[in-house]
Amino acid sequence: MGLQIHQEKIDAQAAAQLAALCPFGAITADGDKISIGAGCRLCKMCVRQGPAGAITFEADPVKTVDKDAYKGIAVFGEHNRGQLHNVTLELLGKAAQLAQVTHQPIYAVLIGYHVQPLADEILRYGADKVYVYDDPALDDFRMDVYANAFSDFITKVKPSSILVGATNIGRSLAPRVAARFHTGLTADCTKLEMKPNTDLVQIRPAFGGNIMAQIVTTNTRPQFCTVRYKTFDAPQPSAPHGQAVAMTLAPDQLRSTTAILDIKEKAKIIDISEAKVIVAVGRGLKSRDDIALAQRLADLLGAQLACTRPLVEAGWFDAKRQIGLSGRTVHAKLIITLGVSGSVQFAAGMRGSEMIVAINSDPHAGIFDIAHYGLVGDLYEIVPQLIAKIEGGSHVQ
Amino acid sequence: MKILVCIKQVPNTNKVEVDPVTGVLKRSGIKGKMNPYDLFALETSLQLKEKYGGQLTALTMGPGQAAETLQEALYMGADDAVLVSDRKLGGADVLATSYTLSQAIAACGTYDLIICGKQTTDGDTAQVGAEIAEWMGLPHAGNVIEVLQADGEAVTVKLNQEHEIVTQRMPLPCLLCTDADVNTPRLPSYKRKKEIGAGTIRTMTLADLKDTDPKHYGLAGSATQVERIFPPEKNDAKQMFTGTSAQLADRLYALLTEHKFVEKGGR
Repeated sequence: MGLQIHQEKIDAQAAAQLAALCPFGAITADGDKISIGAGCRLCKMCVRQGPAGAITFEADPVKTVDKDAYKGIAVFGEHNRGQLHNVTLELLGKAAQLAQVTHQPIYAVLIGYHVQPLADEILRYGADKVYVYDDPALDDFRMDVYANAFSDFITKVKPSSILVGATNIGRSLAPRVAARFHTGLTADCTKLEMKPNTDLVQIRPAFGGNIMAQIVTTNTRPQFCTVRYKTFDAPQPSAPHGQAVAMTLAPDQLRSTTAILDIKEKAKIIDISEAKVIVAVGRGLKSRDDIALAQRLADLLGAQLACTRPLVEAGWFDAKRQIGLSGRTVHAKLIITLGVSGSVQFAAGMRGSEMIVAINSDPHAGIFDIAHYGLVGDLYEIVPQLIAKIEGGSHVQ
Repeated sequence: MKILVCIKQVPNTNKVEVDPVTGVLKRSGIKGKMNPYDLFALETSLQLKEKYGGQLTALTMGPGQAAETLQEALYMGADDAVLVSDRKLGGADVLATSYTLSQAIAACGTYDLIICGKQTTDGDTAQVGAEIAEWMGLPHAGNVIEVLQADGEAVTVKLNQEHEIVTQRMPLPCLLCTDADVNTPRLPSYKRKKEIGAGTIRTMTLADLKDTDPKHYGLAGSATQVERIFPPEKNDAKQMFTGTSAQLADRLYALLTEHKFVEKGGR
């Protein structure tokens, strides 16, 4: 099973062609013989683009799942100190859009203690049913008992798709539960669509680079995905039509092996994801001292300063200021990027911004593909002149 | 204390591109490096070993070339290194990857602590650690910023949650995923390099695992399938401006005033 090499169809030229074709360098040519190494990611490029019939892919017979046994789109109701996390509302909005394709119900699962008011709020955001696990043992987030409650919900309700916010808790809980059900989980989806057969189409940047991947979970249920805060828009609340369902767990399922010793609220920190105006800098910035120039512009615009991943890796910025898939997602009214090339992973974190202005000296920079306004030029010349002009005027908060 | 740290070799650059016409992936740079997030996991492991004594094993899964990354871990202070490498493991998603690693860890021995990094820079999923823990039936914690204390039975850790810093005590054995920037990873030691030379790296294949059924690994063992890959959408409504720097600064100033981000006129 897997990739099959048909050596009889491969001559020295074909072998060399295949070796050059593999994006991961996993094919080695030795004369007219080829071998596939452990670097293979089964992207099947060699099958599609190589000499016909040289390498074929034989799929393993797959276990199938009865998709009709799983119905509905469920949202994990994340909350903290009596407040729903906004990502929960955003996911409820997306679930409603997805449900229009399959005409299946929208569920939420809510785990905690004294969370009834939150269940009512979830119902105002369009859920048909909210399943509530309310118990003193669930007061603080403990991985084991939360995973037990979540699993109980899946076993009893059998939802087809499950959307979880890609928060620190969601990123830890979702994989835990997905693995328990031996099912697929796609992290940090930037776009979700629904097929009529209830397969959830999950789109996210892949290979860390400038490629989008469309991912499906065709043979297992439920289908898990995580979505970052601010990727989708929260809907307007409306008159509730659904109902809350009280759920109970067996005592052994509520027994945690983890003891919480202390919880301290974090000090208010810089949060670029809430910023309305952002000035973002990338590798076009030549030295650390030049941050001052970008900071000057940011100050004049009442903006937060943000950056790309390489600048965090270089130690120029705190990771909290990083935009992108491995940093923060921003939804600014205005974002001005200075010397940012615009990798997919960066773009995924800011393309929802209303007005994107890019300054880059390379007219082919990827950032110009997503910018609304692109300025091809040297930031070291443009920014000082812009600052001078703004200082001549005055800025509106 | 017996500790195992999971590390990964990732491409040095993230410049993998897809040809929009043919759909061919353009080859990325062949050179690899240790996933930067794993350096924090490795440093955390080394500090624990120094404080409590014991043995540190570094584990990775990947092509033969990934041995370089294990070598780096040995030079930093790991006691031994294991490479899981088999073509049958290719194309694995999070589920199959974590299953493979859980099988490999079990084949390596028993450990008090398994430590993983936050995420990789190539997959960017941040999910493999939690899934390994589930496959192994171990408790786990994510976003660990500090291991305060460990004894024969339990470990006390500080976690960086969304709005809070949580201190919790959990039983051993368990799995921890370190947060980013929690320490300053040491550099590989030249002295150690002189001492151990190339180092000894144990290689495992599918045949060395307890479950040798290839259907549970790689693409066949994956629950998710990549239906297609494509270049990101472009914004067709864009306006591009070229000209002298002065013209461009004027342009931008006009835009910012037009959209009321800057007020026109003197101060």
